[in-house]
Amino acid sequence: MSAIAHVDDQAHDDHGHHHKETFITKYIFSQDHKMIAKQYLITGVLVMGFIGIAMSLMFRMQLAWPGESFSVFQALLGKWAPDGVMDADVYLALITMHGTIMVFFVLTAGLSGTFSNLLIPLQIGARDMASGFLNMLSFWLFFVSTVIMVISLFVEAGPAAAGWTIYPPLSALPMAQPGSGMGMTLWLVSMAIFIASSLLGSLNYIVTVLNLRTKGMSMTRLPLTIWAFFVTAIIGVISFPVLLSAALLLIMDRSFGTSFFLSDIFIQGEVLHYQGGSPVLYEHLFWFLGHPEVYIVLLPALGITSEVMSTNARKPIFGYRAMVASILAIAFLSTIVWGHHMFISGMNPFLGSVFTFTTLLIAIPSAVKAFNYITTLWKGNLQLNPAMLFSIGLVSTFITGGLTGIILGDSTLDINVHDTYFVVAHFHLVMGISALYGLFAGVYHWFPKMFYGRMMNKNLGYIHFWVTAVCAYGVFFPMHFVGMAGVPRRYYENTAFPMFDELTNVQVLMTVFALIAGLAQLVFVYNFISSIFYGEKGPQNPWKSNTLEWTAPQEHIHGNWPGKIPEVHRWAYDYSKTYENGEYIIEGQDFVPQHIPLQDGEEEMHH
Amino acid sequence: MTTLLILTVLVLVAIAIWQMTKIFELSQLGATATNAQIANDTDNKNNGYLLFGFLIFIYGITIFSFAKYTKVLLPEAASAHGGEYDTLMWVSFAIIFFVQTITQALLHYFGYKYRGEEGKKALFYADNDRLEFIWTIIPVIVLAGLIIWGLYSWTNIMDVNEDDDPLIVELYAQQFNWTARYGGQDNVLGDASVRLIDIDRANVLGLDESDPNAGDDVIVKELHLPVGRKVNFYMRSQDVLHSAYMPHFRAQMNCVPGMITQFSFTPTITTEEMRLKPDVVDKVKRTNAIRAEKAASGDPNSDPWEFDYVLLCNKICGRSHYNMQMKIIVETEEEYNKWIAEQSTFAETVMKDEDTKESPVEVALEEEAEGTAEKPEEQLEEMVEEAQQEIDKE
Repeated sequence: MSAIAHVDDQAHDDHGHHHKETFITKYIFSQDHKMIAKQYLITGVLVMGFIGIAMSLMFRMQLAWPGESFSVFQALLGKWAPDGVMDADVYLALITMHGTIMVFFVLTAGLSGTFSNLLIPLQIGARDMASGFLNMLSFWLFFVSTVIMVISLFVEAGPAAAGWTIYPPLSALPMAQPGSGMGMTLWLVSMAIFIASSLLGSLNYIVTVLNLRTKGMSMTRLPLTIWAFFVTAIIGVISFPVLLSAALLLIMDRSFGTSFFLSDIFIQGEVLHYQGGSPVLYEHLFWFLGHPEVYIVLLPALGITSEVMSTNARKPIFGYRAMVASILAIAFLSTIVWGHHMFISGMNPFLGSVFTFTTLLIAIPSAVKAFNYITTLWKGNLQLNPAMLFSIGLVSTFITGGLTGIILGDSTLDINVHDTYFVVAHFHLVMGISALYGLFAGVYHWFPKMFYGRMMNKNLGYIHFWVTAVCAYGVFFPMHFVGMAGVPRRYYENTAFPMFDELTNVQVLMTVFALIAGLAQLVFVYNFISSIFYGEKGPQNPWKSNTLEWTAPQEHIHGNWPGKIPEVHRWAYDYSKTYENGEYIIEGQDFVPQHIPLQDGEEEMHH
Repeated sequence: MTTLLILTVLVLVAIAIWQMTKIFELSQLGATATNAQIANDTDNKNNGYLLFGFLIFIYGITIFSFAKYTKVLLPEAASAHGGEYDTLMWVSFAIIFFVQTITQALLHYFGYKYRGEEGKKALFYADNDRLEFIWTIIPVIVLAGLIIWGLYSWTNIMDVNEDDDPLIVELYAQQFNWTARYGGQDNVLGDASVRLIDIDRANVLGLDESDPNAGDDVIVKELHLPVGRKVNFYMRSQDVLHSAYMPHFRAQMNCVPGMITQFSFTPTITTEEMRLKPDVVDKVKRTNAIRAEKAASGDPNSDPWEFDYVLLCNKICGRSHYNMQMKIIVETEEEYNKWIAEQSTFAETVMKDEDTKESPVEVALEEEAEGTAEKPEEQLEEMVEEAQQEIDKE
């Protein structure tokens, strides 16, 4: 099929894809969005994801068996685990780097970077991103920030260890903890570069979606994936610069003696000169990004789920307009709820009231989305591919994790569960696991698009999904109870409080589930890598999907389509659409791709 | 030599990657298209059943957790506002579990019921304004109720005022311990600033000696609270962020260097009473069984435990964050009065030495040597020792 497409290469708008590409221009400094997507996937998800998850398994072992000696600690942590017993400082470093890596490198850059890059041009019918060069620059800045972050793991006093939120003064004063020296400096430098990368990427996505849509692709015909990536990019552009300012001011406080966030500090026997700053100001700046960040992570996953679920249910997504409206509402509200991380930070309680109000409002569009997903499944003809299972899993964890948000978003109830394991359980389910499921759904679904038609092994995919799904609940469901028993997060061990003694066996249970879940990810890694080389080749449109990316040939060419760019005549969700007499629009197939013109007697959906 | 080695490794890695891409490109030739990796009816059937099984798993783990872990939750609230807090919590939980049970059931049951079969026709169903209106408006109403209730409680809890003659207490946080300061006879805290800290003279909280309110302040390492009297806490931190978390009282507030934060509650159950609550008795019994087991195998930290209220640090503050605690004792008015009368005031411990120019550190050390140190002084000694250690560190 694809070979034929090459031959009948009519209408020559030449995009220079005929000249020979060198190794460097093809695999390293590539300006092709498909290659950049793969670069993001491998750097962000495979490499950083591996590091991030491995760290979590190590500190989970410490929590389950506090003070126990493990040779794996000795091997990996070296001097930080004398005799194989994890040191308290490196425990804090591990949780800090786990949070940083997972939130920013895996779920922001890995998820958004991979799928925005891969899908935006292909699904809107563009030859490439608006600026291929900026896109390449964006990836390489990300790569540099990754390298710096990894280097920070090896500095003498250890990496940053003040929690992924790096609240000053802990993060600002090298004498407060060893990780706040060189490790923190590298953290800040790495994040500053990361933000630059993210901004370049986001601006590119926005411009591409606005300007390069193919003929007929109105905004209301965009697949929901694109809506999600588009809105995500907008939130990123609005909120990431605020984090950059927070990081810059923190760098100034650390290195140039300013007092933006510091005041009245007496540490190690001496009074420091800082006067008049406030750590609460930092918290405001950080969470002004930090909260939208949650949606930067989650929205692309929800977008992927919308697309995968609709395709595999052989049904249009239910309530397209409501889905778009929810994305927009979530995006808007996400920028005015940051204060719910700060109810007990010492800020004015009246502000707490306002943020409670806005926070609980955000539950409404989220609920609408969840209900719409469920309705999409209703009376469908569900093709339970691994991607579909991960999408269903996402809706499940999104509901379970989202519901406890009602408790945390309520300033009153937050008082006693703030910063306990209840919070950890909540956000891991709702943004961690859910976003990872979205990521996996995307990888299984678009793997053939990324790797020339090769498909991942479905049976390994099923093993991966079911083990992960069971273990995710196994880890995070009991964790709510640990939090409600009053156990604070970020404790190296809970043995200093006899009241937590009887929770040790819960910790063991969670850790065992976590270790099994970690092994299940190795199945995914194996499946991914072996499928790149040996995966079976599927048909050009394996999932019988409507969106434009499947009209492009399996082999990658610069410019995506050999001939003219396809024109769009309908929305992306004409699955199982019939004439009034119950016959499919196109005889013998239950889907009508977007580039097929309206047929005689067919009514267009006015959604 | 090392540099050479690293360079060699890098070059070899680069070559490996380059070769991998070659293999990759070669491997792309000659594959034929197959549908083998797309779910077929058997896959749909198996995974449909598994989805149904997963629903049972979710219910199962919920029931298991409730059956097994409800007992580990915090005992009943020991503060006046705590009762309302707990009620709101359980109402929210009831709503959550109602919604959770229904939505998970629908999601997974649909996944099972509508699993794909060759030739089955899905229903083209893209929109229904009425349905969407319903599931927008229901969350709106439910959440409005929760918001109003929550905000009402929040306003009450966070209203820290001087009505009803509250006891004034300062909680002072530093890496990695807590100190409490009572207003003393006049129930007014003397001014303080980290710039006035004088470790040589054991003025570890930086009280302003010229402030007449400071002299009668009582500085201690164990928090005693009279039952039934409102307590206004004023929190300070001298170094990094800390959070004063008193889970049994449903109370928490961050301690922020450079500012004074506040929280207020009325303890309603004394430590003695709490120890007799059946929940707590059971918990202590279970815990001590675990500790006895540990003791039997010779582990440290395995002495029998007696229930006490605690103040924990709940904001990451450094290496020993996990062990930053202070005991809280709620007792009757008489017991409290007796205890506070035994404590020495700031004037007695620090300001009394103005004339003799004798350092309190030395006084304490001498007393210790002579064995004349009295019980209330023990806490001070601890502080002095800490101060001494800090001096030594320098």
